[in-house]
Amino acid sequence: MLTVSMTVNGKEVTKTVDPRTLLVTFLREHLNLTGTHVGCDTSQCGACVVHVNGQSAKACTMLAAQVEGADVTTIEGVAKNGDLHPMQAAFKEHHGLQCGYCTPGMVMSALDLLKHNPDPSDEEVRHWLEGNICRCTGYQNIVKAIQSAAQEMRS
Amino acid sequence: MYNFDYHRPNSVDDAVRARGGSEDATFLAGGMTLLPTMKQRLASPSDIVDLSAIQDMTGVCEDDGRLAIGAMTTHASVASDPLVNQKIPALAKLAGGIGDPQVRNRGTLGGSIANADPSADYPAAVLGLGATVKTNKREISGDDFFVDMFETALEEGELILSVNFPVPDKAAYAKFPNPASRYAMVGVFVAQVGGETRVAVTGAAPSAFRVSEMEAALSNSFSADALRGINIPADGMNSDLHGSAEYRAHLVNVMARRAVESLS
Repeated sequence: MLTVSMTVNGKEVTKTVDPRTLLVTFLREHLNLTGTHVGCDTSQCGACVVHVNGQSAKACTMLAAQVEGADVTTIEGVAKNGDLHPMQAAFKEHHGLQCGYCTPGMVMSALDLLKHNPDPSDEEVRHWLEGNICRCTGYQNIVKAIQSAAQEMRS
Repeated sequence: MYNFDYHRPNSVDDAVRARGGSEDATFLAGGMTLLPTMKQRLASPSDIVDLSAIQDMTGVCEDDGRLAIGAMTTHASVASDPLVNQKIPALAKLAGGIGDPQVRNRGTLGGSIANADPSADYPAAVLGLGATVKTNKREISGDDFFVDMFETALEEGELILSVNFPVPDKAAYAKFPNPASRYAMVGVFVAQVGGETRVAVTGAAPSAFRVSEMEAALSNSFSADALRGINIPADGMNSDLHGSAEYRAHLVNVMARRAVESLS
């Protein structure tokens, strides 16, 4: 067993885990933060995207042990004081989701994009989302939502 | 995933020592291949030696007209590094086209070439630029590094510290990505470097390789037209559900021409 400590959504946590514990398992089963989803479990779909030290990463392809000492943000850490983050609000407003399974990963990935590129073209948004798969929307409204949030966040 | 003992050493010496502690131990760089392989139980190391806490294995620096890139430097860092973009933009572009943003945030140069996936992008650059792989034991010429599918010149327990890339006069990389995984169905790196012309291919065969006939043709006339008619035999090419050996052989010429065209 292994003791891991990290900051998750601003709170310091320390747990004793099996070395093979994946970050996504740690978040969902040890911290009960079930907003981060497991879709494919093969690093393709992006439903498990979280931020590790400010960078988006697939939590199904990291060990909790690798995150020792790091700062992790999950979808649960995005809304502030009960108010949806502009990115979340934009997904709701523009119907950027249907079943919602991919949405936490989409939002976390999109937030990382806007950090690098606050005013992306549609093509840049689509290119960035290559690691996030949505089987419902056809992506059209996801791109629209991200563009709307980008505009709101710039103003 | 089967369980293992986890180590996170702070120095290269400690990492090599921990790796030597068990014959079934393995180094963990970004984990973009190792962890999925372990999840499928295709690998079951007894010990994982995580290299991420070793400070001096990341970053880019200029060294005698060459770029030395730490083995633990992520693809995203190489893609956005100002020095790489200024000196070898083809390398920055190659790194920026690997996988997806999350894979690029975790995957590393050293991990990629140590794994020597036949469809990985970096082997084309290591071979195409004539880079040198620096390990804890020696320096290995890029021409000697890739041996076969998932097989390199690295010895048991040998650790890549950095890769030293010569700055080319010009270089370009063109790949035909698998539309789902973004792995190279075929990727061709073309460079004029140190007075020679090099053409290196990844994705097509079990291991990255150079095409001497194309190199000779481009030395004569550095133009896409010079490559017309140079056909690569399909014998020994990779063949899978994504593309036949003949298709990949054909793509080598197409990608080589696209790489050269992008430089004119």
